[in-house]
Order: sequence, then C-alpha cells, then structure tokens
Amino acid sequence: MLESTKSIPAKDFVLSVEGLTVSFDGFKAVNDLSLYVEEQEIRVIIGPNGAGKTTVLDLICGRTKATEGSIKFKGKELTKLNEHQIVHAGVGRKFQNPSIYEDLTVFENLELSYPRGRNVWGALFFRRDAEVVAKVEEIADMIFLGDKLDMSADLLSHGQKQWLEIGMLLIQDPELLMLDEPVAGMSVSERKQTAELLQRITKDRSVLVIEHDMQFVADIADRVTVLHQGKVLSEGSMDRVQSDPKVIEVYLGH
Amino acid sequence: MNKVAAFIGKNQYSHMIILALLLLVVLPLSLDIFRLNLVGKYLTYAFVALGLVLCWGYGGILSLGQGVFFGLGGYCMAMFLKLEASSPENTAIQSTPGIPDFMDWNQLTALPWFWEPFHSFTFTVFAVILVPAIFAFIIAVAMFKRRVGGVYFAIITQAVAAIMTILIIGQQGYTGGVNGITDLRTLHGWDIRTDDAKYILYYVNALLLFLCLFVAAFVIKSKLGRLLVAMREREDRVRFSGYDVSAFKIFIFCLAAAISAIGGAMFTLQVGFMSPSFVGIVPSIEMVIFCALGGRLSILGAVYGTLLVNYAKTSFSETFPELWLFAMGALFIGVVMAFPNGLAGIYQRYMEPWLLKLSKKDESPSAPAVGASEKAPESSDEPMTSEERKHA
Repeated sequence: MLESTKSIPAKDFVLSVEGLTVSFDGFKAVNDLSLYVEEQEIRVIIGPNGAGKTTVLDLICGRTKATEGSIKFKGKELTKLNEHQIVHAGVGRKFQNPSIYEDLTVFENLELSYPRGRNVWGALFFRRDAEVVAKVEEIADMIFLGDKLDMSADLLSHGQKQWLEIGMLLIQDPELLMLDEPVAGMSVSERKQTAELLQRITKDRSVLVIEHDMQFVADIADRVTVLHQGKVLSEGSMDRVQSDPKVIEVYLGH
Repeated sequence: MNKVAAFIGKNQYSHMIILALLLLVVLPLSLDIFRLNLVGKYLTYAFVALGLVLCWGYGGILSLGQGVFFGLGGYCMAMFLKLEASSPENTAIQSTPGIPDFMDWNQLTALPWFWEPFHSFTFTVFAVILVPAIFAFIIAVAMFKRRVGGVYFAIITQAVAAIMTILIIGQQGYTGGVNGITDLRTLHGWDIRTDDAKYILYYVNALLLFLCLFVAAFVIKSKLGRLLVAMREREDRVRFSGYDVSAFKIFIFCLAAAISAIGGAMFTLQVGFMSPSFVGIVPSIEMVIFCALGGRLSILGAVYGTLLVNYAKTSFSETFPELWLFAMGALFIGVVMAFPNGLAGIYQRYMEPWLLKLSKKDESPSAPAVGASEKAPESSDEPMTSEERKHA
C-alpha cells in the first residue's frame, strides 16, 4: 500500500471524466462531475444513498447515456460507444447484485466471458481448446471456485456468486475494472478473502469501486472520492477525506 | 459416426436415430400413401416448431408470426410451380394465355415483374430461403437494435402476420387472394400429384428436416447456444461481457425464419397449394402450441409435439369438429402450467433416469465399478478433468 501515495502526474490518467452531467426529466443525478483515475490506481467512490455513485458507473460503461460532458478512456471517447464496444475498449463492470448466468455452470459462465469469438460467427465456431480451459481453471482458482467448475451457478452462495462475477470480469482482462459494492451481503471471512482477491487482481489494472463498508474501503483504497448530490464533495486519501469537515457533515458523521 | 455424435452430443445422437427410424422406416411401411402424405404435411409444421425452439426456447424471443415465414417460403415455391402450370398451351382458353389463371380472372394482362424471376428453379430455391430470411432480418434489425423485446416483440410479430394476410387477400390479382395459389401440377415436368412423387417428396421433406435438426443441434451446442441461454436471463451481463446482443437475436430470428420457410416450400410441394390460411395469426399461434407441447427446449420434442398435436387434431376433429379448438386450448394451458418444458421435459425427468438405469444394469457385469448402476443418473455430475472438458 506504500506506493499508493502517488502525486498526480498530468499524463497517466487511464480514465478522465470531465463535466459529466446526466439529467433524468430535469433531475440531475450527476451534475458537472470530473474524475481522473490513474494507471493501477484503486479508487473508491463513497457517498450517501442517491449521491449518484451507481449512475457514474452506468455512464462510464454505456448503460446510461450522458446528457453532457466527456468520458475519455485511454484517450478514447466512450460516450458515443455502445456497451459492448466499451467492453472491447477494456472496461469491465460488475453489478451491485450478482449478475451471473444461473442456468449455466461455473465453467460455462467463465467461458462465455472469455474474450474470443464475440461476434455471431465467432461464437458459432468457437472451440473450447486447451488455452480456454487453462485460463478458465486459472481464474476459477483465483476466485476460490476451482472445485466448483461443473456446478450449476444458481447453487452457489451469495458471496460465491459475487466472486464468480468478478472472475467473469477478470477473464476479460480489462484495464479498468468497475465494481459496484463487491462485498455487500458477504460474511466477515468472505470479506477478508475478497479484499485479498482485489489486492491481487488490481496489480496491473485500474479499479473503480463503490463501497459502503468503511473498513473495507480503508483496506483497499489508494484514493477516495466522496460524491454528494451528483457532485464531488471531497477527494484524496482515506485519512484526508475522513477528516474533511464537509464530508463529516453529510456522510460520515451520521 | 463418432464425429457426428461429438458434433451434436451423444444423447441427442441416439434419439435422432430413433426419430430417423420412425420417420424413414416405420411410418412409410405402416401407413398408406394418403396417411403418409398427411404425416409429411405435419412434418412441414415441425420445421416451424423447430425454428421456435431456437428463437423462443433458447433465444427467449417469442414470435407469434412464424406463419409469415412459412407462408413466404411456401408462396415462393408455389409461384414457381404455378408458372410452370400456366404454360401458354395449358392456358390457351384465357384472354391472356401464359399467365396464372387467377391473374387472368382479375383482368391482369401481363405477368407482374416480381413473378418473372420465378421462372427459374434455381432462383426459386434461393428465394425460398432468402426472401423470408431477409424479411426477418428487416423486422429483427428494426426491433432488436431498438431493444424491443418480450411481449412487445410478440405483439409486433402478430401484427406482421395480420398485415401479411390482409395484403395477400387484398392483392388478389398478384397473389391469388383468399384461395391462394392452387392447381399446382409439375416440377420440371415431373408430376407431383402421383403416389410415387408423394413418396419421394415425403423422403425429401424428412431428410431436409433432419438437415435442419442437425443445424439446430449444432447451433445449440456451440457457444452461441449457451450465449442465447445467458441472454434469456441476463441480457445486460451478456452486453457487458462484450457481446452485441442484438446481433445474436437477429441471427437466431433469421435462422428460425429460414428453417420455417423450408417447411413452407415443402408444404406447397406435398399438399399442392398455398393459401393465406397458413400465414395468419391462428396458424402462427398453433405452431407455438406445437413447440410448447413438444418442449420448447428440445428440438426433437418439437417434431414429436407437432406430430402428436396434429394427429390428435385430425382424429379428434373428425369426430367432434366443434370441440377441437377448446381441446387444443385446454391442452396448451395444461401443458404450460403443469409441464413448462413439455413432453421433452416429462421424458427427461421421468423416462430418461429410468432408461439410463436400465441400460447401466445391463452393462454392469462388465463395468469395472461395482454399484455404479445405483448412482447412474448422478454420475454425470462428477467433476470432469480438463481433458474431458475439451471434448464435452
């Protein structure tokens, strides 16, 4: 965690969000928001309910279209792209509730996420070769599901489903990983395992996390951004943010 | 042969052989040509039911307008046959000889431009598949690119079926109107009305059905098949795994349309006419019932479902013509409520474990593992090794 106290170089932003605004029938869920994420940074977004945290992730991954502003990922404008094109650009998204394919096995869940044969013909003639099997097994071991590959995914526990979804993102090997409350509903031991997992998988990528669990945030965050009413309220290291009077007033103090 | 089995799945393979024996040997030997021709007609509906297994069962796209594609395929074939039957010699008594009789009755004096290419059999064969596929493509692009799905899509397909019927009936001079295109006689001079021709067409139809079954089995077993299952439940997740969901929906809808169209063309050949009564809402919904009853996740179930419902329809409606529709409605509701996976679901749940047990018991003396027979149905749940997985 020591190398995480980086200064902010002007260049190395993987993701730069500028002047981002989205308005739903006049209500601005995200209002003139700017956010910069560096390479290999773990950024955690916190904020009270309705602050627009999930909307920010939706905007970045293309699920919601921005009203104004720009989202640049490695210099590429994302606001004009479709969801799958954003994924191809290297952005992976995990949903708040585990979103996995319950009718399929753990293996098949991971296999479908393997980044090959993504168009119609590619999928039709996709072959399950040694490379795919090896990669799926490697990821499954990483997410503690190595012995459950042939199990139907709906039989997994809640925490295991969360891991599986993280695994499905890992196999895509995204450069920016976005996680929406990855430890929600997990037991204490599962939380610990997840924190370790995140430390390991964030080695060569940037991560954007939404989380409520402050202990967990303190464990993983390089920097923290506090959102309030669609705007950035405060930004910086966990210590700085926690001692910011504005933050204490709207959020932490409660 | 093992390659074929690996291609479509071992279990499916043995079931296919049983169906092949039934359709290619047992039925032709036990039925007279009138009944066999009837079975052939039912089997043309099985193409549509098979298409529905792909797009509804796997893709989750309920189409209530598959009759449109069946009809388009059938009409393409009928146009070719009609032109051949309307040679100047055959139509010498008409005021304009050489055009189909219904055009003459409707005061048309020349063949409409879109009928011209149907003089060519090669063009017709391509048109049978491509016209419905392109039409399906247009509908699918318009709907799926805008993310219209579920009930809305079903209603739109139903509207398309209604529009198509009205169009065909209304444009009598070009389409033969409500009577359809009738009095079809020969294919390249070969009389399709003789018993011999009916036998041959029955076999051609059955073989084409098997071809489509193989294609469907291949699609289901491919990664695309698993993607369809995934999309059915979690469309968003599939999108965020980097797939263009609409492209997959468009593909499976067009494939279902093309398969239905082959059935339509074979219908025209075997029955000798094509009419708007096979295009509209009612036949389209009937096809959904065949598929649901057979099991919407089973390609072979679709074939059996179609045969059984039609057999029941024929025998039942001969004795109680006015009760049949109610019986069919009740059957549909009953199946959907009690057995959502249809006959195939019942078979898989009750018959298959029993059959598996039976076959395992026969082998057990030679099998190395004693007691394997008791846990036979579960044995497939054991973890596979990497090597096995590659061939699964």
